[in-house]
Amino acid sequence: MFSSEFLLSMIVFLPALWAIPLIWFDGQNKESMRYWTVLGTALTFVLTLQLWYSFDLTQGGMQHLFRYEWIPTWNVNFSLGVDGISLPLVVLTGLVTLLAALASWSIDKHVKGYMMLFLLLETGMMGVFLSVDFFLFYVFWEVMLLPMYFLIGVWGGPRREYAAIKFFLYTLAGGVLMLIAMLMFYFNSAGPNGEGTFDLIELANIAAGKGTAVRFSESLQLAAFIMLFIGFAIKLPSFPFHTWLPDAHVEAPTPISMILAGVLLKMGGYGIIRIAMPLCPYGAQYAAYFLVALGVFSIIYGAFAAMAQTDFKRLVAYSSVSHMGYVLLGLAVWKITEGRTSGADYWAMGINAAMFQMIAHGISSTGMFFMVGVLYDRVHHRDLNKFGGIAQLMPEYSGLAAVIFFAGLGLPGLCGFVGEIFSVLSCWNFDPLLAIIAASGVILTAGYILWTMQRVYLGPEYKGPHPEGITPFTAREKTVAYTLVVLAVLLGVFPNYLFSRMDKSIGGLVQSMSHTYDTHHGAGASMETTQVR
Amino acid sequence: MDFKSLFVQFLSGSDTLQAATGRSLWLFLPELILCGSIVLMLLARLTSGDKLIPTHWFALIGSLSAFVVVMFQFWQLGINKEPYTVLFTGLAVHDMFSVFFRGFLLFFLVFVIALTVLSGIPDQEDAPDFYTLLCGAVVGMLVMSSANHLLMLFLGIEMASVPSYALTGFLKGRRQSSEASLKFVVYGAGAAGVMLFGISLLAGVTGTAEFGELGTRMQAIFSLGFGASHPVARIVLLAMLLIAVGFAFKLSLVPFHFWCPDAFQGASAEVAGFLSIASKAAAFALLLRFSLAVTSFQGGVIQGLSLMMGLGLGALAVVTATFGNLAAYSQTNAKRMLAYSTIAHAGYMLMAVSALLVLRSAIGGANSPTAEQMGRPVEGLLYYLAVYMFMNLGAFTIVALIRNQTFSEELDDYKGLVHQSPILAVCMAICLFSLVGLPPLGGFYGKFFIFAAVFDATKVHWFMWVVLAAGGLNTVLSLFYYLRVAKIMCIDVRPADARQVTLTAGSPSGMYLMLVTGMVLYLGIFINPLSRVAQHAAEAFL
Repeated sequence: MFSSEFLLSMIVFLPALWAIPLIWFDGQNKESMRYWTVLGTALTFVLTLQLWYSFDLTQGGMQHLFRYEWIPTWNVNFSLGVDGISLPLVVLTGLVTLLAALASWSIDKHVKGYMMLFLLLETGMMGVFLSVDFFLFYVFWEVMLLPMYFLIGVWGGPRREYAAIKFFLYTLAGGVLMLIAMLMFYFNSAGPNGEGTFDLIELANIAAGKGTAVRFSESLQLAAFIMLFIGFAIKLPSFPFHTWLPDAHVEAPTPISMILAGVLLKMGGYGIIRIAMPLCPYGAQYAAYFLVALGVFSIIYGAFAAMAQTDFKRLVAYSSVSHMGYVLLGLAVWKITEGRTSGADYWAMGINAAMFQMIAHGISSTGMFFMVGVLYDRVHHRDLNKFGGIAQLMPEYSGLAAVIFFAGLGLPGLCGFVGEIFSVLSCWNFDPLLAIIAASGVILTAGYILWTMQRVYLGPEYKGPHPEGITPFTAREKTVAYTLVVLAVLLGVFPNYLFSRMDKSIGGLVQSMSHTYDTHHGAGASMETTQVR
Repeated sequence: MDFKSLFVQFLSGSDTLQAATGRSLWLFLPELILCGSIVLMLLARLTSGDKLIPTHWFALIGSLSAFVVVMFQFWQLGINKEPYTVLFTGLAVHDMFSVFFRGFLLFFLVFVIALTVLSGIPDQEDAPDFYTLLCGAVVGMLVMSSANHLLMLFLGIEMASVPSYALTGFLKGRRQSSEASLKFVVYGAGAAGVMLFGISLLAGVTGTAEFGELGTRMQAIFSLGFGASHPVARIVLLAMLLIAVGFAFKLSLVPFHFWCPDAFQGASAEVAGFLSIASKAAAFALLLRFSLAVTSFQGGVIQGLSLMMGLGLGALAVVTATFGNLAAYSQTNAKRMLAYSTIAHAGYMLMAVSALLVLRSAIGGANSPTAEQMGRPVEGLLYYLAVYMFMNLGAFTIVALIRNQTFSEELDDYKGLVHQSPILAVCMAICLFSLVGLPPLGGFYGKFFIFAAVFDATKVHWFMWVVLAAGGLNTVLSLFYYLRVAKIMCIDVRPADARQVTLTAGSPSGMYLMLVTGMVLYLGIFINPLSRVAQHAAEAFL
């Protein structure tokens, strides 16, 4: 229907362009600005759906790929493209942003500024997922920072300033590391007289040693991988770098929490799959055991931390740390026996599971934050010990919330189950002990989620503050909730609908990386004396 | 010999000499135009002409026409492909690099004059003095950017400094302003004395003051023995150190930065903005030219000197950037905070010079840099300066505009400005985030280019990794205080008793501000045009 250039560029820039007319809206007419924003995000979502349906399942490489010169003196291109790895995330971003826009009715002060920043944020997120150029990726990555800072800092809760600056600092620190790694790749990709490149496909080819004169040395790959991993682990967030997340989530307004959990965390995982792993296969393999262990630790740690919370939103935030641990686990299960990749199929399954877990978490955690927000809008507190009996006052809401929370728990038949089970299964091939520990995390998850549901929804009556504020579910809220519930069930029952889109790209990635390792760094390396720069 | 006979001698030289003089005068025209407009301004005051035509018109038209001449020279230089021309028998040099800087300075002068007109800092009575000093300082900076002789180096620095002292103390009624000015003068005089001593040592030992000759003479001296072991080499190294003090003062590098916060706080925001950009730019032009001149001999022992200077400047850059950023954090006065930020930015820019010298020391060796790599540091520095001009000018403009309405420059009085005047707050946020170096704002690309150059230099010496790491770390550090200002303006609530601040988009000040911040955005999205010009200018040193 559209040309590739138009379709992808519009997905990225439509929200930002949509924000411009907001300047001339009447600042008092909040309703019209809200509808305008919803319309903009809805149009973007329609465009992402168009992308979804025009996607060719039989191809593993980049589709709709195009390049335009941006900074020729530095060989930087404006190039966008989509493959099986980014496609689900792009659609998820479109969906979550639309739902968050629908949940933005609770924002009442400075609506104009909010809506403009909100739309700008969407541009940044879409740009990150669609960039095929490292430089462009970095630019979009940082573009998200500013709107996010203000969205948390202006419209957040009581400790919003602290939370906002903490978020900003962590991400910026990761960004600087990424910048240095980016420079390393740029300069080392230059041949004797050639120019360096920022193109992710070319860089991955160089890393894979495919027909190019230059190669990335092992020490370079290791150093770059460490820097990139820290940068992405902050976003993911993984254990030592996760401390910004509970603060940011708790203080952010509900729609922003939805976007944070639903989309922003996925950027960490996406960055590892798209950049850190293909560009430094040696580094990824070198660190594999550590990464898996870190993932497992995050699962357990996040679950325990969640269990200890009394703030509803903080609990959901820590559950994100736990759930994103499965992503790290699934990504890293790259087993080497005697210098060769063994069980590459399990590894592919792990990455598939990690991707699925990201989408599933995008749906379930978005839903959980939304459900918390619905309650908070009514009773203005989030103290778990002061809830109870909500199911009797708001039966429809409580039913939907239960489905979402069960999806987060990983109940079979709902979306959370598929990602968790496959990542743990793939881990069994890697290291049974770690798999057992990871699997036991499910029990802890069940523990804190069931306990939470008991404390909030069950019980004879609501005794907390503002009982008069509890009003039935509005139609707008129902729209958001039903959409998420339906998706949670559909993905749980038909996981292959998603897997079929990712399979080819992930298979290609796994094959290329294991081949590279085996021939250049592993057992095959001794036979080959390649000149390594 | 009186003036008349000198003039006759000047005119009656041989034909070639006359032609050379004529050409030199043509290439020197921008400076002459500026001098002419200074004279006109003073004459207008004598004849009370400034009552009829406001003085700023003289300054504006003078600087604009000088800018047009420079642009014409730029275009001509592009056509002729002549690498460089020596002016006045070797006193100054005319090449792509000097043209870039002269264009930059004159363009900036136009902007500063426009700003002073909008904010009305010199009143009708003081205007001739103010614009005379302003244009006079710029003439000095133009001389600095094309100096090719130790004498011109000193002359340029002094011509730029002396009017700056007076400009700093221009708010005559204010005690703080006079104090700042005095501090600036004493400090400046001390630094100039030290530098002059260094210059005389250098000229005495090498027997020349021309930049073109310095390289070979230095090579001859250092081949006797490098380092402190040989007495003559020791004197030269001492001279370099003394000259470095003068540069460090002009660039406000730690530990010669003490004048900067006081001078900026005491001076009006317009003058502080002018000093923070123009004098830095000119000093960087001169530093580049000088340090490349003394290390111009290719190969041999002089490369050791190049490496030594590069690493020394690198260490100075690390200390300066770190100190500036840390000190800025606790400031409560907007101008003082921006002064420390200026110090930090001088540190970042110095990293480019350091990278260039380090790369230069490796020419012909195992890690011999390519021509492209050699051009990168200068290109990065020029891009950084160009963006820095807009972002810093934008920030100082906002300080001036707010001062005009609230009579305060304290950050506390900026609270919640976004609700009264969204344009001010948004433009300030853009300028500040560009100063942090966040894409897609121009500041990011300047920083990126410089970091890339430093990265290149890491192949030559491990210390450049320290410089690179310090650059990255400082970027994160600097976020704290820039973000604090953005937070104060956008997140805090405006106190009920605070003065009203209004600025509409349609007003001249609003349009000026949007133009300046618009340029920050423009340079962040369309990198190539300026990057290409910077590359051309960098070619002057290849």
